[in-house]
Parts: sequence; structure tokens; C-alpha cells
Amino acid sequence: MEMIKQREEEIVAEFELFDNWMEKYEYIIELGKELPLLPESEKSDELLIEGCQSRVWLKTSGDYRLIEFHASADAIITKGIIALLIRLVNKIQPQDLVAYDFAVVHKIGLEEHLSPTRSNGLNGMIKRLKNEALKQCKA
Amino acid sequence: MSDTSKKTFIVREIREQFPALRQQVYGKNLIYFDNGATSQKPQLVLDAINKFYSKENANIHRGVHFMSQKATTEYEESRKRIQRFINARKSDEVIFTKGTTDGINLVANSFGELLKTGDEIIISAMEHHSNIVPWQMLCMRKGLTLRVAPINERGELLMETFEQMLTKKTKLVAITHISNTLGTINPIKEIVSKAHAVGAKVLVDGAQSIQHLKIDVKALDCDFYVFSSHKVFGPTGIGVLYGKESLLDAMPPYQGGGDMISKVTFERTTYNELPFKFEAGTPHVAGGICLGKAFEYLESIDFDAAEKHERSLAKYAEDILDTFEGLRIIGEAKDKTSVVSFAFKNIHPFDIGTLLDKQGIAVRTGHHCTQPLMDFYKISGTVRASFAFYNTIQEIDTFVEALEKSLNMLK
Repeated sequence: MEMIKQREEEIVAEFELFDNWMEKYEYIIELGKELPLLPESEKSDELLIEGCQSRVWLKTSGDYRLIEFHASADAIITKGIIALLIRLVNKIQPQDLVAYDFAVVHKIGLEEHLSPTRSNGLNGMIKRLKNEALKQCKA
Repeated sequence: MSDTSKKTFIVREIREQFPALRQQVYGKNLIYFDNGATSQKPQLVLDAINKFYSKENANIHRGVHFMSQKATTEYEESRKRIQRFINARKSDEVIFTKGTTDGINLVANSFGELLKTGDEIIISAMEHHSNIVPWQMLCMRKGLTLRVAPINERGELLMETFEQMLTKKTKLVAITHISNTLGTINPIKEIVSKAHAVGAKVLVDGAQSIQHLKIDVKALDCDFYVFSSHKVFGPTGIGVLYGKESLLDAMPPYQGGGDMISKVTFERTTYNELPFKFEAGTPHVAGGICLGKAFEYLESIDFDAAEKHERSLAKYAEDILDTFEGLRIIGEAKDKTSVVSFAFKNIHPFDIGTLLDKQGIAVRTGHHCTQPLMDFYKISGTVRASFAFYNTIQEIDTFVEALEKSLNMLK
């Protein structure tokens, strides 16, 4: 859990540097652009987290000791958001991910993406990340 | 009716009547271009809502007391005002519903009961899901066939094909007056006359037309016309189904309950007369009364000038958007209203919508509940700016600047 908390603090500190929403989104877009692409061939329906407006694919690897994620999305802001989440919970112990409350979302002011009307699947992303971790814990 | 010569249309004065427009979001002056989803409310409606719940709240049609009678009178006066506004023959032909979707479901479940296996229903390729799914459900239930009249790339109904699809089997044509995604205005009069020629009835989805066009159900000769209050400057949760009296009389009730009955015993129930036969339970009394106020407001402005202004806004926006590289306008019908839908090849509408929002501009992005139409254009969604008469050219200029800024960020 130490690791997540430390990463969370880093992210919160970065977001505090921004004066306004456009700067925040500029950063999220940058993260989206930097997210390593998931090859088209790997974007299967199985990996799809279907939101209303934007689609996200999440690929999981690893085991009960360490869990690893790769993702893609068709909207770049959504890509940036999943990149941010992965940066937070990548290569950690799955049980830490299961226990984590994703408070970061509120701390950096992205909670609007949690509302069902945004429907870009941030809720879905978090749920899927946790489920994948849970699977590894049980395995 | 007030004297039309005295009506004026000055956008600045109109805007003063809509307090929701005078606010900031994310520190920017709000620009509201999501009128296709819902419209803002004039002060007259807001005051009426407040007044109803402060002083007049009572259940209607049954109470003997002062407040109930007053509320009943106002509710029924509102029905009459709506009747006059859409030029229905009788106020009995104006049924209060929850909204457009509810009205369509009412017809699908009630008129639909009269249909038989093998009968056909025709819809168009540009329908909103709420004018698709109720018919699909009905077809499944009753063994009917649902047929879809195609459109061209500009987003216009292919009238010749539509005509060929009409046969003796066609019992109903359910079609939108104005496409919520494309802005296309369908030639309803022509559609109705062609459908009637084969004995089919016509339901018009008026969700996007009641606020933009002067509706005359007698002139259109449609059999049903449905709309939602909230898109025509009234409260949410209420709408209207207009139906020709002879048809409504022949149709069985949709829902059972209070108000829709004449006499109930455990053995047998006789139903109330129109319009109450279709209004089971306590209705949205405040909604019904305040929808009447929305029409009162519309009667007070120069509606023709308002419509002209809306079309000039759309034309202005489209002319500028046309110059954007890689931008494709979705919906280029010759006859269209103030809806401008557009898409970019490599940019997701969600990204544009999110960035516009952060600059204070409300647009709609996505498939607009018209997924089959998105499939037709082979896109995942559009950005839709839909204008009302309270919008301005200056707002479009700001929107264009914000769009340019968003595109630069997304490059």
C-alpha cells in the first residue's frame, strides 16, 4: 500500500501545479498520447470496458505477487485517465489494489467522471482494475 | 390570442427571461448549445412552478375543496391552451403523458393492441431509439413486421422508396418530424397523405419540432403527434400525446388506475371518457399547468422571427465549421432546423465535448440515442450544437474559438 500512497501523493502534487481546468486536461491529454499503444489485434471484446461514449480496453498480466496492466481507449482524454490509473496501480501486489479506495480521483478533481452521465467508464475502469486484482488474489 | 403585430423579438430581451443563461461554469460565461436535449425555462414558467407548490398544490379532478378545484381548473385550462397552440379540434384530443417516450409507448401498447399478425409498421432510418424500441417490442409481441424507410447521405428520407414500402399491410408510419441528430425536417404532410392513401395511420415524433415550428395538427392531418414539455421551455416529466378523437376512442386504455375509470366493481370496470381514459393515477399537476405557461410564453413572442433567428444561427455556424479541416457535417438536408452535428475523422467527440465543457460550452456528444444512424454514417458519434432562439452569433464565435483551442490541444 505504501507504493500506491506514494504514487498518489506524486500525482496530487503534479495536479496542484495547474491553475485551471484546461491545464489539467492538457496534462491528461499528454498522458493519453504517451500511453503505449495496445496493438489492434489485442483489442478484443473480452478486454473491452464499454462506456456509453468512449471504449476502453484493459489487458492484465502477472500473478498474486505482482499485477501489470496495459490499456487503450478510443478517446484521448479517456486514454489519459486510464494511463493515470495504471501509473497508480501498475506492478503492485494485487491485494493492495483490492484494498485501495481511489481517493486520488477526488483529490485531483476528476470525480465528475464518476457520475453515470459522463459514462466514459471511469467507474467501469476502477471496477475492472479491482476485479482483475481480485482474480489474481484468488488464483 | 394576443395581437401578433405587437409581438417583438429582441434576443437581448429574450435572454433576460431565462435566468439559467446568466451563470458561469468553470469561471466562464455559460454558453448553452444543448437545446436538443432540453431547453432552459423562462421566468414565467419558473414563477408558475414556485406559485403552484407555494399556494395551489392540490390533487385534481376529485376534491371538492377550493384548492383542488382551482388546480383542476388550471390544469384543464392548460390542456385547452395546448389544444389551441397545436390547433387540435378538441381538448379531449390532448392527453397528458410523461413525455415523448411515454406517448409513443402509450400508442404502441394501446393502438398496437388493435393490430394483427402480418401487419406492418414503417419507421425511418433517422429515428431516435424511443421511436424504434417500442415498435420492436410491439412487433415481437404481436408478430408484426417493422420496416425501415432509408435515407440518403444528406440525411433526407428517400420518399420514392418510402412510397413503395407502403402497402395495404402498412398499419402505422411512426416518424420523426425533425431528426434530433441531423436536424432534418421531414415532409410530414406528404408522408401523411401517402400513408393515408393505403389506409395507414401516422404517428409524428414531435420532440424536436414543437419548439422550432408552428405546429398545426389539423393541417398536418397526422393521427398522433407526441412531444415533451421540457424541450419546449416547460418542466420535465410531462408531455403530450395528441390523437384524433375517433382513434383514441377506439383504443383500449394503456394503464389502469384511478381517474381513468367510470365505475369499478370487482367483476367489471367501465372506463372514463377522453382524455381521462389515458391518464391513470395522479398526474404531474404542476407540470401540466406550467407546460401551459410555456406555451403562454411562446404566444407572447414573435415565433416566426424566433425561428428565422434560429436558422440564421445554424447557417452561420455551419458556414464557419465547413472551413475546418477534417470536419464533416453530419446532416445536410435541404430543409433543416437549428441543429449542427459534426464529426472529425481522428478525434473522438467525447474529447471535444469535454474540452468545450471546460470552456463553459454545453454541447452534446455521442450517438444521441440514434445508434442505427451512426452505423449508417460509419461513425461512433458526433458533436451536436443545437440552438434555441435565445442563443446569439457572439456565442457561436466564442464556441468556434473554443473549438479551435480544443483541436489544437488534441492534435
